[in-house]
Amino acid sequence: MDIVNKWLVFWEKFGTGGAWQRVLGEGLVNTLLIAFIGLLMGIVIGTLIASVKVMPKYKLLPRILDKICGVYVGFFRGTPIVVQLLLAYYVLFPLCGINIGSLNTCILVFGLNSGAYVSEIMRGGILSVDPGQMEAGRAVGLSYGTTMMKIVVPQAVKHILPTLGNELIALVKDTSVVSFVAAIDLYKTFNEIGNKTYEYLMPYLFMALIYIVLVALITLGIKCMERSLRKSDRSN
Amino acid sequence: MIEAINLTKRYGNLTVLDEISETIHEGERIVIIGPSGSGKSTFLRCLNCMEDPTSGSIMFEGVDLTDMKVDINYHRQRMGMVFQQFNLFNNKTVLQNITLAPLHIGLKGVRDREKRAQIKADIEANAHKLLQRIGLDDWADKYPSTLSGGQKQRVAIVRALAMNPKVILFDEPTSALDPEMVGEVLDLIKQLAEEGMTMVIVTHEMGFAREVASRVFFMDGGKIMEQGTPEDVFERPQCPRLKEFLSKVL
Ligand SMILES: Nc1ncnc2c1ncn2[C@@H]1O[C@H](COP(=O)(O)OP(=O)(O)OP(=O)(O)O)[C@@H](O)[C@H]1O
Ligand SMILES: [Mg+2]
Repeated sequence: MDIVNKWLVFWEKFGTGGAWQRVLGEGLVNTLLIAFIGLLMGIVIGTLIASVKVMPKYKLLPRILDKICGVYVGFFRGTPIVVQLLLAYYVLFPLCGINIGSLNTCILVFGLNSGAYVSEIMRGGILSVDPGQMEAGRAVGLSYGTTMMKIVVPQAVKHILPTLGNELIALVKDTSVVSFVAAIDLYKTFNEIGNKTYEYLMPYLFMALIYIVLVALITLGIKCMERSLRKSDRSN
Repeated sequence: MIEAINLTKRYGNLTVLDEISETIHEGERIVIIGPSGSGKSTFLRCLNCMEDPTSGSIMFEGVDLTDMKVDINYHRQRMGMVFQQFNLFNNKTVLQNITLAPLHIGLKGVRDREKRAQIKADIEANAHKLLQRIGLDDWADKYPSTLSGGQKQRVAIVRALAMNPKVILFDEPTSALDPEMVGEVLDLIKQLAEEGMTMVIVTHEMGFAREVASRVFFMDGGKIMEQGTPEDVFERPQCPRLKEFLSKVL
């Protein structure tokens, strides 16, 4: 009886005062924005870092770049994302006089953070591609970078698609800490509903349900992409 | 046209190429034979700097390719290479395999839309012509994974041809093929030979070597131990290592 009551109270608050509009229109949208744009940035940054990491290291420039990438990855993998958000939002950006707002800060930090993780995933993917592909590209006179981007990376991405899906899922869940830097996400909007009634059970359960559905949808999407890729492998 | 000068390659303290000096002239068809591990592939791969020589230099059309300041990509466009494992681009169609590099190079710096379209059309027409030549134009939009080994290797050869190279380097082009497909690939190489293409071929096919070569190198222990016309090398071998090698493979 109590549970039903709690649910009814929550449902009433959810339906009134613009609460659900805020949950879906701001919370959910921001959560998805941070996760998806973060992953896209992460793929770009991660691919660049991975390309540097697998580069032959005879010359000075690749060695210097490799060191820089090493520090970058070490920092972003070695510290919690909350710490990175706090440092960027309250220390680094004010110090540099940058003011891009909390949502943009979150997207940026999630992108940089994801870049460090994707670089490791991408490196594995690149190493799984037959070295003959790189050789063939170089032999027809394409540069290392061109061969990497046109031949090797597309094949690597195919191999690591499931792992990239896991990275996206991790990002979606990690966004739940962005209220540390005053950004509005799913957690924040449900927390506000709880604050109105001092009753948090239902808002948080409902929030968990939304996360589960999101993750399930992403998993499904990745499965579909994999299947269509595999099909094109067989038929053509 | 290609001149190796004191070419040496070491892996650690294993000397794979030992002070090789040799000149390859335009129109020559060099066939390299020799036992496994004698450095044949390494020599070939040093010619277009796929492997960096430890010391010595490679002169190609008057340019030292081992010079770090040289634009190696530009010179590689003029030296085709065909691999034992074909190495077609798996993520590209047969046609794209052939046009990828010519398009990349031909369109570089061209802004004008009409000009770009014209260049693209020319390059694709040329690729179709090459595919017709090997009877695979119907496969233009298929992916390499659907081709047989012999078809793959023939596509790899026309991919090299599409760059209008001055010379083509072949590293055991038929070793990964089923026996019934060896012929079609060798026939294509013979055609190119008749057309006067300069070629350097590493092979274990002695009959083919004899037929196509204008000069044969016998490599052993990182050196070119003996060389000459196919008649000289196969019928009047001088050094004992070559005699021994021929007695095993013929
Ligand atoms: N990347 C490498 N690192 C270390 N040793 C190598 C490397 N590549 C080749 N070698 C060694 O160099 C020697 C010559 O190799 P190479 O591939 O040139 O011989 P090959 O004459 O082409 O032999 P095969 O007929 O088997 O192809 C071999 O002993 C091989 O083990
Ligand atoms: Mg070899």
